[in-house]
Amino acid sequence: MTDIRYLAPRTLDEAVGAFAAAAGAARILAGGTDLLVQMRAGVAKPGTIIDIKKIPELTTIEQTAEGGFRIGAAVPGVVLADHPAFGKAWPGVLEAINLIGSKQVQGRASPGGNLCNGSPAGDSVPAMIAAGAVVTVQGPNGRRSMPVEAVPAGPGRTNLTPGEIVVSFTLPPRPNGSGDAYLRMIPRTEMDIAVVGMGVSLTLEGGVVKAARVGLGAVAPTVLLVEDAGRALVGTRLEDAALEAAAAACRAACKPINDKRGTIAYRIKVAGVLLKRTAAIAAQRAGGN
Amino acid sequence: MSKLHVTTSVNGEPVEFLTDPGASMLDALRGPLGLTGTKEGCGTGDCGACSITVDGRLVCACLMLAVEAEGHEIATIEGMADGETLHPLQRKFLEMAALQCGICTPGMLISARALLQKNPDPSEEEVRFGLAGNLCRCTGYDKIVRAVMETAAEMRGAA
Repeated sequence: MTDIRYLAPRTLDEAVGAFAAAAGAARILAGGTDLLVQMRAGVAKPGTIIDIKKIPELTTIEQTAEGGFRIGAAVPGVVLADHPAFGKAWPGVLEAINLIGSKQVQGRASPGGNLCNGSPAGDSVPAMIAAGAVVTVQGPNGRRSMPVEAVPAGPGRTNLTPGEIVVSFTLPPRPNGSGDAYLRMIPRTEMDIAVVGMGVSLTLEGGVVKAARVGLGAVAPTVLLVEDAGRALVGTRLEDAALEAAAAACRAACKPINDKRGTIAYRIKVAGVLLKRTAAIAAQRAGGN
Repeated sequence: MSKLHVTTSVNGEPVEFLTDPGASMLDALRGPLGLTGTKEGCGTGDCGACSITVDGRLVCACLMLAVEAEGHEIATIEGMADGETLHPLQRKFLEMAALQCGICTPGMLISARALLQKNPDPSEEEVRFGLAGNLCRCTGYDKIVRAVMETAAEMRGAA
């Protein structure tokens, strides 16, 4: 075993300082459900591990003054599931996060880790993109914010600059008549990696779609915001033609690979199918508000 | 390499141990702490054989660094029985023969206890989802699920 330093700073400034000082030899530890597996496989050989779970801002869930939510990047899925209000406001985001692994993994795995792992098939990412979530990151040059869809750069890569740490996700206030949902296609019933992942968030007024966002995962090098799909739904009553137009936009956005989980043709077809199914659930939830 | 000193609580007892910074909680339990009831299966969080709870929260000991135990409360299979009195889940697993080779059993019991603490009256489907992170290589799931359902019913009756 190589000599590893373990740091558990109490402040974000200390964490950022240590991360920047390590100049690429450090890895951030939140839940560790990816990092420890990579270390065991010899893929990751960090000189320093920076455990961010002693920093309050990274481990708390707050309702913002505007009525949205701010989720610390290291909050595990089970804590989010136990929150009394979050799942009512964002059932789709919650169901996406809670699809990541087993109950054991849920006890540790965080949305920040899921995003930074950079997997095109990360389940929480399409739902966060559909939700319009914004991430706050802090690095040696201070704080900045960016939409979730701006973070992934490719398989296993992000657009964070060296030394930057994801601090939190901010989800916007929920207007009346809003609902979101996440569905993924897997050949099993649990414990699998998405062949296609679909997040949809809708706001309806009198049955007419006022706002729609669509996040699509596992069909391209990064999770995608499919703006054309959202546009195809706005102003409609989710009639068959509108849903088919949005499904077509999702299919057009796909740039998938052939692998053991699914062929290119299958993934493209399923992206369209999932758009319709996910939008139906989001609409039902929006109506129930 | 310098070892780190960790002060924690295991099954209600204060415990101190030394660990390499990169060692897992599973390494610490089975090594310096001598608690070998927690099993190593895959070592990658897929099989659940190393299930423990940390502050009551179910986790895989292989996916947690030992040093992270500092200041937290760890519970393992060794703390499940009350002296010679088995936990109702343990007793029911024996009565209903809900184990074969036994490697998955400590993890199954820890997960099942966590499930019943959250949901004392689970449906069969909820039990199956609740234990989805625990693999039984002997594939004896049916008896395990039935034993958990029976225990839940018994514990509800006793409450």
